[in-house]
Amino acid sequence: MSKSVVIKGGTIVNPDGQSRVDVRIENGKVVEVGANLSADVQLDASGCIVSSGFVDLHTHLREPGKEEAETIETGSRAGALGGYTALVAMPNTDPPQDSIAVIDFVREQGKRAGLVDVVPSGCITLGRLGETLAPMAELAQAGVTLFTDDGVGVQDASLMRRALEYAKGLGVTLAQHCEVAELTKGAVMNECQCCTDLGLPGWPSIAEELMVFRDIELVRITGATMHFLHLSTARSVELVRAAKRDGLPITAEVTPHHLSLTQELLSSYDSVYKVNPPLRSADDIRALKVGLLDGTIDAIATDHAPHPRRDKEMSLDMAPPGMLGLETALGVVMAYGDLEIKDVVALLSWNPARIAKIDANHGRPVAVGESANICVFDPDLAWSVDIERLASKSINTPYVGRTLRGRVRHTIFKGTPTVIDGQAQK
Amino acid sequence: MKHLRSIDELGVEGLVALLQLTDHMAEINQRPVPKVPALRGRTVASLFFEDSTRTRLSFETAAKRLSADTMTFNVSTSSVNKGESLRDTVATITDMGVDAFVVRHKSVGIPWQISQWTKASIINAGDGAHQHPTQALVDCYTIREATHTQRFDGMQITIVGDIKHSRVARSNIQAFSMLGAKVTLVAPPTLLPPDISHWPVQINHHLDDVIPSSDVLYMLRLQSERMSQGHVPTLREYSEQYGLTQKRVSRLKDSAIVMHPGPMNRGVEMQIDPSDVKNSLIHRQVANGVSVRMAVLFELLGTGSSLGGQA
Repeated sequence: MSKSVVIKGGTIVNPDGQSRVDVRIENGKVVEVGANLSADVQLDASGCIVSSGFVDLHTHLREPGKEEAETIETGSRAGALGGYTALVAMPNTDPPQDSIAVIDFVREQGKRAGLVDVVPSGCITLGRLGETLAPMAELAQAGVTLFTDDGVGVQDASLMRRALEYAKGLGVTLAQHCEVAELTKGAVMNECQCCTDLGLPGWPSIAEELMVFRDIELVRITGATMHFLHLSTARSVELVRAAKRDGLPITAEVTPHHLSLTQELLSSYDSVYKVNPPLRSADDIRALKVGLLDGTIDAIATDHAPHPRRDKEMSLDMAPPGMLGLETALGVVMAYGDLEIKDVVALLSWNPARIAKIDANHGRPVAVGESANICVFDPDLAWSVDIERLASKSINTPYVGRTLRGRVRHTIFKGTPTVIDGQAQK
Repeated sequence: MKHLRSIDELGVEGLVALLQLTDHMAEINQRPVPKVPALRGRTVASLFFEDSTRTRLSFETAAKRLSADTMTFNVSTSSVNKGESLRDTVATITDMGVDAFVVRHKSVGIPWQISQWTKASIINAGDGAHQHPTQALVDCYTIREATHTQRFDGMQITIVGDIKHSRVARSNIQAFSMLGAKVTLVAPPTLLPPDISHWPVQINHHLDDVIPSSDVLYMLRLQSERMSQGHVPTLREYSEQYGLTQKRVSRLKDSAIVMHPGPMNRGVEMQIDPSDVKNSLIHRQVANGVSVRMAVLFELLGTGSSLGGQA
């Protein structure tokens, strides 16, 4: 029997409204909601929001293959500190997640760490090479619901069409990293005036939008379910908005960094700002925020991409793209997102849980009988990143010295606190 | 001034001051023994990760004429090929006692990154397609010398060729504009950056339109790989549209001058031998390279003591 836990004095935010009540948890479930509850472990939540735990649709855990940057355990801990109870692990590991063996390994390592549910995604194509389909049926039978070649987009339109047709038969979702590779050769940053001045090859918006458009039309003829990863441009938002208006089964995510940081930061020559897709303009940020408010964009996903220091110490063109996200997501979204609390919880928890098809146990209301995957956060606390205290194995976060707002206080995973008062419990 | 990494960083006052200081250096170079003890005891390290003939030699000559010690880092025999990181390389050389690094690298921003890892001064001798500030100083000094003007107010300077991939163009556009020149860029749209509406320049896609009104015609090198990347269909077509031919030379103003940063692609952008161009300053550009780089080294490393005396 695990210890019973009570969350005291917080405000529950559920899809059907808010209420100021205590929550008692036993054996992994919420067993009681009401006033003046008590239990073995008491977690103070005064001034805090109590919501379902966050679900990240887009985490690079780097294991197997690049354990120098992150392991499933360190990434899980970073996730727990960020309020997450489930992480969808991206498949660009080495070896990639295109076989049962690797999928099982990732899942088992996740269970061993025991800090979040690690939900492996599968590759669309074998080895993420864009040439032949991965054994999607076999992987789907092993429980994979989301397939992607993230890091690259599937370039071959015919292969993508087949993948969507095949996915429809399996009832799984394909997630696309939208980037027409011919248009981004050697690209370092958004194609813009700053890029012109720096003499760098640009990553034009059109390289994303062409693939968004192509895949929307492929969804229209196949009827398969499609998720767009890390949308970054105003025109992409427009395309997805129109597709949803047409009733197509499409969802989309945006990252915290694409909501908060702009392309001009690259003129510091600091590769911490190099991400893929690249940081865009202030106009793009405005359009992405409108997309969040009107439901065009369903989720905020981190694209947590740890890299060892020596890799990021290279020049802008040589350094790998990507930045950390798990431990800062809430603080960035609350500081920069211009969103109401309920929208924040929907975008970080309820919607992504549905997209990943893990909404039996995640993204649930905080209510009696539900799985106790819960995040307790202070929505007003201003803070800044202390690089020494990151749980991630890497330190490539761009938010050092920037004020964030809203910080996770406690995280409860399957009824057990993984974070208490901002401290990881294991 | 601690570093010279870009023309922007130098600013118009710094630019003018360096050009004036170059006059002193040119005078030293006229002496029977062109050497002064100004930087005795100082060490200048050349860190060239890309091929260079004139820039590297002119920096080393400049350092020697100011009596600085020089250290040349040869990439082909260095530990970089054994996987040593740039940061480690810089730290190692810094530990040997270096006052300035002269850096050329194919990657944009390397001079700024290096300056975080060492206390030495950094001189950018070319970073990717970004900046090449000493070339711009050389070119400004050369125009100034030929036209006997301190500023370039009203001067029409036409830069022709591969602007998109040119660090010389980026530095020169800034420097020429700072001194008051009107700069026109001539290139096919494929060889211009995608968005240059904020640059202080005019654009023209037809060289013949601007030949008669140009006071300075600045030809850039076209690398043959631009063809395979689809920037131009063939070198022949480029050469016909944008190369300097005898016919075009004959349509230049009598006073117009022709420049090229080198190395030249004969038969491509230069369809004519530069010695057949009566106002070609290409050799002056090379000669002035040493004086300008002496001025830069003295400005960054000098103690303000007199430039006189014998080494």
